[in-house]
Amino acid sequence: MIGLSHYLVLSSLLFGLGLYGVLTRRNAVAILMGIELMLNAANVNFVAFTRFVDPTFVRGHVAALIVITLAACEAVVGLALVINAYRHLETVNVDQVDLMKG
Amino acid sequence: MNAEALAFYALAAMVVVGGGLVVQSRNLVHAAVSLVPTLLGVAGLYVLLHAEFVTAIQLLIYVGAITVLILFVILLTEGATGLRVPQRNEQVPLALVVSGALVLLLWAVLLRVPWGPPAGTLPPYNPGAVGRSLLMPYVLAFEVTSLVILACLVGAIVIARREE
Amino acid sequence: MARLAWLIPLFPLVSYGVLAFRGRSLGERAPYVAIGAMALSALVAWAVFLEQALGAEPFVWRAAWAVGGERVITVGYTVDPLSSITVAMITLVGGLIFVYSVGYMHGDPYYARFFAFLSLFCAGMLTMVLANSFLLMLIGWEVIGLCSYLLIGFYFRRRSANMAQMKAFLTTRVGDTLMLIGIMALFWQFGTVDYHAVFESVRKGAKEASAVVRLGPWEVPVVTLTALLVFGGPIGKSGQFPLHVWLPDAMEGPTPVSALIHAATLVAAGVYLVGRAYPLFFFTPHHEALVWVAWVGTLTAVMAALIAVAQDDIKRILAYSTISQLGFMMAGLGVLGYTAGLFHLLTHAFFKALLFLAAGSVIHAVHTNNIKEMGGLWRCMPVTFWTFLAGFLALAGVFPFAGFWSKDEILLEAYHHNPAVYVLLTAAAFLTALYMSRLVAYAFFGRYRGPEHPEPDPWLPEDYERAGLHPPGHGHHHRQPHESPPVMTVPLVVLAFFALVVGFVGVPGTGPDGGSWIHHFLKFEGFEEAGIHAPSFSWPLALRSLAVALAGIGVAWVVYGLRWVRSEQVRAWIGPLYPFLRHRMYIDTVYGWVFVRGGLALATGLRWFDVHVVDGLVNLVGWVTVLLSRLHRLFDTYVVDGLVNLVGWATRGLGSLLRPLQTGRAYNYILVAAAGVAVLVLVSLWRL
Repeated sequence: MIGLSHYLVLSSLLFGLGLYGVLTRRNAVAILMGIELMLNAANVNFVAFTRFVDPTFVRGHVAALIVITLAACEAVVGLALVINAYRHLETVNVDQVDLMKG
Repeated sequence: MNAEALAFYALAAMVVVGGGLVVQSRNLVHAAVSLVPTLLGVAGLYVLLHAEFVTAIQLLIYVGAITVLILFVILLTEGATGLRVPQRNEQVPLALVVSGALVLLLWAVLLRVPWGPPAGTLPPYNPGAVGRSLLMPYVLAFEVTSLVILACLVGAIVIARREE
Repeated sequence: MARLAWLIPLFPLVSYGVLAFRGRSLGERAPYVAIGAMALSALVAWAVFLEQALGAEPFVWRAAWAVGGERVITVGYTVDPLSSITVAMITLVGGLIFVYSVGYMHGDPYYARFFAFLSLFCAGMLTMVLANSFLLMLIGWEVIGLCSYLLIGFYFRRRSANMAQMKAFLTTRVGDTLMLIGIMALFWQFGTVDYHAVFESVRKGAKEASAVVRLGPWEVPVVTLTALLVFGGPIGKSGQFPLHVWLPDAMEGPTPVSALIHAATLVAAGVYLVGRAYPLFFFTPHHEALVWVAWVGTLTAVMAALIAVAQDDIKRILAYSTISQLGFMMAGLGVLGYTAGLFHLLTHAFFKALLFLAAGSVIHAVHTNNIKEMGGLWRCMPVTFWTFLAGFLALAGVFPFAGFWSKDEILLEAYHHNPAVYVLLTAAAFLTALYMSRLVAYAFFGRYRGPEHPEPDPWLPEDYERAGLHPPGHGHHHRQPHESPPVMTVPLVVLAFFALVVGFVGVPGTGPDGGSWIHHFLKFEGFEEAGIHAPSFSWPLALRSLAVALAGIGVAWVVYGLRWVRSEQVRAWIGPLYPFLRHRMYIDTVYGWVFVRGGLALATGLRWFDVHVVDGLVNLVGWVTVLLSRLHRLFDTYVVDGLVNLVGWATRGLGSLLRPLQTGRAYNYILVAAAGVAVLVLVSLWRL
């Protein structure tokens, strides 16, 4: 019988993969992809909790939908930034974009 | 092992392998394409969890829109994403340790938590239930989200457009 | 016609405005503006006066000026017998003096300014006379005070003129301040300063027991105190004792000024005000305010006449004579001779203006004021001599000249109401005849004793240059005096005519029911209510006063004309009295010591206090502050700055230590954040 724990284990693994991608990638687009993985992991958790813990008002579904929407927004803005940075700096590598260096 | 378990494990394998390729592939185009099976796998999990409407949205937005968008951007910024450009930074070992430790710790936590039985039943037709929830108790979140979309729309256009 | 009375002060005011702003470019033509304005003003004034004389009702126009709650201050004008006859006199005498000034001031670098000031003076005087309330009267009163100040100091390069103008201003200021307090007291009591309302209230209040103010050991009724405070103004302006000292010094001004302001009009303002505010004085318990007025006037009349006998300066003698005559008027008003006092005011204005103008004509010719340096002038200045003689006879009170009728009225009233005053005034009348005869004898008879030191020109060459004139040469002075030009002598003749005839309005039988016209025209209604009747003219009394005047003339003629008795001998007889009178009874000296030197000493003392004590304290505070500042600076430099530098240095050191942490690479930060999350999860795991 597949229970809540299965889904949670899988989603934390997916989250770990996404985090690893975010931490190791130099390319901004790749980092965005890592972030998408992490968001998906969270969504899996929302939907799983709705199924197994609090199904009555499908709150997890609502949260997941809002996260998807915001993820789409984030992707759009992030990619716009990438294009802008590429146009100005000829790079999309975040370690070469170090204006925040102290 | 029943059919549900079979489907779950298959989808889990698809998600994990796809995710590994996304974070690991040297070729960014490959990584972006690997995103597709991962997201599809997640969509399959939603089906298993009786979340039909979320599945549909996942397919439409993630698999349909975002992936394509990412591919476009990779192609547009080709000069920086070429194969000869190193795609990893210097903190790979540390990142491996931190993310591995986090995953293991999360496992330790969630396996120890005594999750109780469900506190009710899923509505039989949940797109309708989702709609009611969105427009009645969560209408504020809904409206704020729509505002965020508008802001993103404007912001993306402003940021990305070529200056004269 | 009475409705046009507001035009009377307006013409001179406009003339003042024109002359003040365009005077320099008008130059020689300046007097025409002033004289034209005066002529128009005189025309309206005489029309108003004749209308009143023919029996028109008094007319008052007033409008709200300032409204404060229930109290309304009005502005307007009053046309009644008193104001109409006074404006008629002022405009006539003023106009003649303006004409005379054309000749007298000719060649002066500040010609236009002179006429501007005169015009402003007339505007103020006419406003003061026509005013409907104490407040508007006060405005005119202050304007004429200012003009008096400006005109006394007209020769502003002369130090003596500066001193005189200051003396005049400050002395009259004492009286004006009292009067201002009095007016405030009126406003406080009655809630208004409108003449009519105030007098009605006073008249009604006279029948009740009046409120009392305790002043030291005395209890003074409020009405009396108010009346006496208001009387302070007339004391100052009309040169009554003890504030008379400014008037003789005011003769530093040009002679037409002395004639217009310090003989005919300004000094009469005080008498006029007493006449105008007569109910205020009359409706006091037992008329006690009037008793004060009578005694102040009598004292002044005698004192000034005594001093005048021992003076040598022609204008100064006339000034003391003016003071004395003003004393007569005050005494006349004080002994219930309302008509008598004001009648004397009118006649005096004519003959005193005449005397001053004739004196000016003499000074113009001989360039000195000292009568002992004149002599024999009747031969070379016939017009001046004859007109002066007319003025002299009027002043001395010789039948049938104006002064005879008016002075006799005063003596008559005094005889009936206050015999002591009558005796003193008769003595003053004798002295008047005496000093005037002495003046005439010295100036016009004997032989010419021309001045050794002619009066220096008050102006500097640059004053003439600025006016575009040539400074008069040194050969200007003629050894032999000669008659003045017609522009000066014609006004003299006109005034002499009036000095002769103006008294006839006081001749018994000229008015209805056997009385004189002036008694019919100028009367105070309060007398009838109180059952007081003006005494009728009596020939024995008139002959007695005529005899007194002739005696004065005779004595003077014996001593100064025929020189049967040498004046030195007279001096020896009277002993210390002569220096006492010569030095003006030492009143000026005492004032000089007490007020001027006292004031200066006080100022010096205060200055010493200021320099040594106050400044010392201030310097001490400053010194302590500087010292404290120095200490503070040291503290600031070494302690505060040290701390600040320490903080800065520490921050910088810490910053350079921490700087490597801030790589600027987002993935480093995310790594740390993820590690933090891992730690948090570890903590939650341990707590499970």
